[in-house]
Amino acid sequence: MSKEIKIKRGKDIRLVGSADKINANALHAETVALKPSDFIGIRPKMLVKEGDVVKAGTPLFFDKNHENVKFVAPLSGTVAEIKRGAKRVILEVIIKADKETVYEKHNVADVKGMNGEQVKEVMMASGLWPMVRQRPFDVIANPNEEPKAIFISAFDSSPLAPDYDFILHGQDAAFQAGIEAISKLTAGKVHLNVRGNVKADDVFTNAKGVQINKFTGPHPAGNVGVQMHHLDPIGKGESIWFVNPQDVATIGKFFISGQFDASRVIALAGSEVSAPKYYRTVLGAPASTILNGNTKEGSKRFISGNILTGTRIEDNGYVGFYDHQISVLPENHEPEFFGWIAPNFGKWSASRALFSWLTPNKEYKLDTKMNGEERAYVVTGQYEAVFPFEIYPQQLVKSIMIDDVESMEELGIYEVAPEDFALCEVVCTSKMPVQSIVRNGLEKLRIESL
Amino acid sequence: MKIFRNILDSVKPNFEKGGKLEKYYPAYDAFETFLFVPGHTANTGAHIRDAIDLKRTMVTVILAMVPALLFGIWNTGYQHFLALGQPDATFLEMITFGAIKVLPIVVVSYAVGLGVEFIFGIINGHSINEGFLVTGMLIPLCLPVGIPLWMVAVATLFAVVIGKEVFGGTGMNIINVALTARAFLFFAYPTLMSGDKVWIDTTLASGETMADGYTGATLLAQSTESATTYVNAAGVQYTDIFSSAFMGTIPGSIGETSTLAILLGAALLIYTGIASWRIILSGVVGAFVMGLIFNAFAVNPFMEVPAINQLVFGGFAFGIVFMATDPVTASQTNRGKWIYGFLIGIFSIMIRVFNPAYPEGVMLAILFMNIMAPLIDHYVIQGNISKRLKRVKVAA
Repeated sequence: MSKEIKIKRGKDIRLVGSADKINANALHAETVALKPSDFIGIRPKMLVKEGDVVKAGTPLFFDKNHENVKFVAPLSGTVAEIKRGAKRVILEVIIKADKETVYEKHNVADVKGMNGEQVKEVMMASGLWPMVRQRPFDVIANPNEEPKAIFISAFDSSPLAPDYDFILHGQDAAFQAGIEAISKLTAGKVHLNVRGNVKADDVFTNAKGVQINKFTGPHPAGNVGVQMHHLDPIGKGESIWFVNPQDVATIGKFFISGQFDASRVIALAGSEVSAPKYYRTVLGAPASTILNGNTKEGSKRFISGNILTGTRIEDNGYVGFYDHQISVLPENHEPEFFGWIAPNFGKWSASRALFSWLTPNKEYKLDTKMNGEERAYVVTGQYEAVFPFEIYPQQLVKSIMIDDVESMEELGIYEVAPEDFALCEVVCTSKMPVQSIVRNGLEKLRIESL
Repeated sequence: MKIFRNILDSVKPNFEKGGKLEKYYPAYDAFETFLFVPGHTANTGAHIRDAIDLKRTMVTVILAMVPALLFGIWNTGYQHFLALGQPDATFLEMITFGAIKVLPIVVVSYAVGLGVEFIFGIINGHSINEGFLVTGMLIPLCLPVGIPLWMVAVATLFAVVIGKEVFGGTGMNIINVALTARAFLFFAYPTLMSGDKVWIDTTLASGETMADGYTGATLLAQSTESATTYVNAAGVQYTDIFSSAFMGTIPGSIGETSTLAILLGAALLIYTGIASWRIILSGVVGAFVMGLIFNAFAVNPFMEVPAINQLVFGGFAFGIVFMATDPVTASQTNRGKWIYGFLIGIFSIMIRVFNPAYPEGVMLAILFMNIMAPLIDHYVIQGNISKRLKRVKVAA
């Protein structure tokens, strides 16, 4: 029974520099990296040391909390460096890649004949498991639990987001195989959620064994958290798993070929990109092979992921495990003379205290300024306007600030993730670091639940 | 602009860690951020941020109060010359007289309030919040023009310290700061804050005399006698009391007489989304409903005052637009805002009509509902919690 759901509250921020639908080849990645910091809550334990030769799919490290969950090399080569930070935390595992990729071979039977436990084991051993994440807590799925459903959001509604209809066009077989594998992981439904107001690509509409739901409305309609909230809300003790559509295809390719094919399409977008477009590359690719001179002059910020939730990287950094785009924004540290009272015509605001509401369809070129300082909460009702949950966002954030676990649970923390609060953080008059507050609350509850 | 930057940069080292004036950093910071929005960029979370900040929000509210302030200045002069029997005084004379009377009150309010904010900022080592920018304008506008300046200073001091700073400063207070100042004055100096003598400035220059039929009574005071006939400061009967009260050519506190000027401000606040239209609308509806109920069961002249007139008399319009909508002390949930505003409307008119000691009720109604707002929110949120619990169970 497919459902059509209209999201009313939210905000589409229109920005200059969305990626043109052109597939280019990125430069050959001479190095690739896996960053343990992409996986919240894991305790990585290395399985290789510098100088070891690895194949694509060779485990590099595992999670001490769930020893079967392996994290594997995306390409074959030698382990060039294990970068550590303060307290010897592993920051990056860098692999110097071979010219020709050699794969670890797994013997995979036809997925149709496997049961959930078998699929789970194969996925954990082959390095696919981290692609499956869960709500609550927004972390890698706990393999010891059984989710009540699995969600795939086939579109990303955030600003300058990659278009999965374009990325996955023509990959019907891999995507379908991926769905067949992950649907073994739950006794419940697999929800595939597409945009309601445009026709989704055949790769999604022809998918079998899923419930296809249509979502219309502004961002964050594409967030799985919003979709779960409207289709199958999570209560205490329950969990729902979710997978990015491009990762579904990667999982599918593995179950067809028996090898970990880490190729991935990454969108390069943002006002500071000369020719924004899509690049064929691999998971964990260096940003430099994608940027490759395709950016404008001036001070810039490079973001692995989208501008609302992504991670800041350097131009010689690496694309994150869960990121399918690189965004480039102008960086500007110039203080503004009486900036709080000036008309500020070029700036964007969700409120009408500035003038951007006069031109709702204009594409803005925004920099990374805070545009003010952090203050105590004064304004109310602002978060609710961009937060399409039956949850009181400001009250929830406050309950996290004061560490009131009982209130957090009552107010619905299990249903949300930091990304759902990204717009709240953007529009906040008091400039509160809302996403990190929510993450702290989730981590507190997750650690208590262990 | 370059000059300011250079001055700031040259004195900055004194205020930074290890500098001579380190503990005064909040004061320096306040000046620096007043002149320049700092150029710092988003470090955690979203990489772009809305262009709005608290300063912008506060300045928009001040802008919304400007019509009421300007009208108040003119009306102070107008009422004065009317009381003196000189209704032919020129516009300029009225404005000049009004400005001389009103602006010192504004200056004292800001000077005392910001002084307290700076002192607490320095003591507590936190940056100086913008909340007082609005409070500092609200206090003069809700006071009678005849008030001595020392009382303005004492009331502001009391309100900012006891009404706000003891709770932790801007954003933490429970009751509206400006109304705290007004309530303090009302209960501490009742003779100077009510009655017939305080609403019109009747200082006489040599050779001037009062008009023959002079009265300083406000419309609300007159309503206890009759719901139909009202006289102005010169003792002349108003021809159309509704439009006079709507325009604001009546005696009253400085900024509250002109419903028209207040509506201009309300339009700006609602349009920019800074004040809650839910509170304003439900407040007006509540007051109107209460007025109608009194009309239906009228046993005295005040209960006979047409409901529509109740909306334009006294400080109701000012209170519901500028005071009730203070987001810190109002209900914070949308459903709570409807209830909160509606009850303010009901109680304003109820207190106004039934309290013989003091004919205006909006101040007490808002303060009372400020106290009740967390309770309203509590029940609204409990409703949401149980609804969500049920929904999860149904879905499961």
